[in-house]
Amino acid sequence: MVADYRKPLPNPLHREASRPFWEAAKRHELLMPRCRLCDRLFFYPREVCPICLRSEIDWQPVSGRGRLHSYTVIHQPANPAFREDAPYVYALVQLDEGPRMISNLVECPLHAVQIDMPLIAIYDDVTPEVTLVKFRPAG
Amino acid sequence: MTLRGKAAIVGIGELPTRRSYPGRSLEGLCAEAARLAIEDAGLRKEDVDGLIVDGTNMTPAAMAEYLGMRPNFATGVSMQGATGATSTAVAASAINARLCHTALIVMGAARDATGGGPPRPGAGRGSINTEFEQPFGPAAGAGTGYALIYRRHMHEYGTTPEQMAKLAVDERFNALANPNAAFQGQPITIDDVLNSRYINEPLHMLECVMPSAGAAACIVTTAERAKSLPNRPVYVLGAGIEQGNAAIWQTPRITVTPARVSAARALAMAGYRPQDMQFAEFYDCYTILVAITLEDAGFVKKGEIGPFYQNTDTTYKGDFPINTDGGQISGGQPGLAGGFRHVIEAARQIMGRAGPRQVRRNDLCMVNG
Repeated sequence: MVADYRKPLPNPLHREASRPFWEAAKRHELLMPRCRLCDRLFFYPREVCPICLRSEIDWQPVSGRGRLHSYTVIHQPANPAFREDAPYVYALVQLDEGPRMISNLVECPLHAVQIDMPLIAIYDDVTPEVTLVKFRPAG
Repeated sequence: MTLRGKAAIVGIGELPTRRSYPGRSLEGLCAEAARLAIEDAGLRKEDVDGLIVDGTNMTPAAMAEYLGMRPNFATGVSMQGATGATSTAVAASAINARLCHTALIVMGAARDATGGGPPRPGAGRGSINTEFEQPFGPAAGAGTGYALIYRRHMHEYGTTPEQMAKLAVDERFNALANPNAAFQGQPITIDDVLNSRYINEPLHMLECVMPSAGAAACIVTTAERAKSLPNRPVYVLGAGIEQGNAAIWQTPRITVTPARVSAARALAMAGYRPQDMQFAEFYDCYTILVAITLEDAGFVKKGEIGPFYQNTDTTYKGDFPINTDGGQISGGQPGLAGGFRHVIEAARQIMGRAGPRQVRRNDLCMVNG
C-alpha cells in the first residue's frame, strides 16, 4: 500500500451499479455482474443488462484466470503520475468466463509478454479504500 | 428510397491546418471556412438554407447566429472522427427529403485558450474511462485502444511496424504537395518512423495524429441545382453508417471495424464494388486504423493490408492513391475538421482541382470517417 497514491482512482460511471465489484476487489475477490434473465455475464457494470435492458442483476464469482488478448507498452502516459512506472503494460484481458477487462500486466518482464499468455488476477490495495484488480502470468 | 445521385458537393472551403490560430475563436475560423465554401460554390449566403455542424463542440444555434443565418434545417452531428462523413450523408438525406435545398457543413478547432474553445463534456462525471481505464495508466492521446488493435493484428496476421511505417511515409509524401498540411518540407523515411519515439508500443510518434487548428466547410445541394454551378458536381452515390463501440476493448473482435458493414452498405447503395474505386480518403488518427478499415471496406482481404502497403504506391502518383492530402497523420488534426477534410479532399480531387497532387483517375472515391 502506497501512502501517497497520486494516480487516478476509479471514478465510477454509476457508483451503485459497480459497488459490488469494488467491494469484492477490496476483499481480493473478482465478481462479475450477471443477468439472471439472460444468464450471461457482462462487464462493465451497468444498471441494466446490455442484452435485455432489464435490471435483474446479481454477482457471480469468477476464477480470476484469463488470457492476454492484447496489450500496449506505455512509454508516454497521459497522466504524469504514471511516468516513473514507464514503460509498463496496459492489458486487455479476456477472462476465462467470457468478459473482458482493462488492467495492467505486472510481475512480467517486457520481453516475456506474449499475446494469449495465461494470466491470473492479483489484488493491488492502492489505498485503504481502493483495490485495483491487476494480472500476472499464471503458473 | 436511396441517396444515389440526389445531392452533390458543389463548393469547398479549407483553412490551412496549423499548430494553433492564436487569438482566433472556433466560431471565427468556421465562419471563414464557410464563406470560402459558399463563394467557391458560386452562391450567396442567402442561397444556403441548411446548416450542419460538429455537435460535440458547438450548437447549430450558436453557429447559425454567428453566421447571421436562419436555416430551415439545422443539426449537430456527434460521431467523433466520423462526424464529417456522417454530416455529408445527413446533408444528402435532408436535401433528398426536401428539409432543405442547399446545406452548409462546417467544423474546426482553434486551440487557443483566449479565443474560447470546446467545453470538456463529462469532465468530473464518472465514465467507463474514468472507472475502468484511467486507473491503469493509458497513454497520452487517444492511441491506447488503437495500439491494442495494432498488437493483436500483428499477432493474428503477421503485420509489421515496417509495413505501417510505409503507410505514414506515403501520407507524408502526399502532404508535401499540400500547402494546407501542417507538415511542410519534411519528407520522412520508414526508418524515421521506426526511430521516432514510442508513445505507446507499437505506436511510434510518426504514426499518430498531431492535434492542430483549422476549419473546413462544404456546400451540398440538389443534383439539379448542382448542374448550374461552376464546379464539377461531386455526387453522393451511396452512404452507410454503422455505430461501433465507444471503447475499443468492448468491441467483440478488436481487429474488425464497423467499416466492414458501413462500406458494404455504401457500395450497395451506389452499385459499385470496392475494386471500382479509383482512390480512397480514409480516417487516419493512427496508421493501424487506416490499415484495418481498408481491409474491412474490401480493398484487400482481411489481414493482407501489411503486404499491400509494402508493395503498393499509395501516393497521389501511385496505383491506388490513399489520403492524397496527407491525411491527418501528416496534415494535422484540426478537431473534427480533420476527419471532415477527407470529404473535402475527395471533392477537390473529383472536381479536378488538387493541383500538383491531382490523381489521374478521379471519378470514384470512397471516404471513411
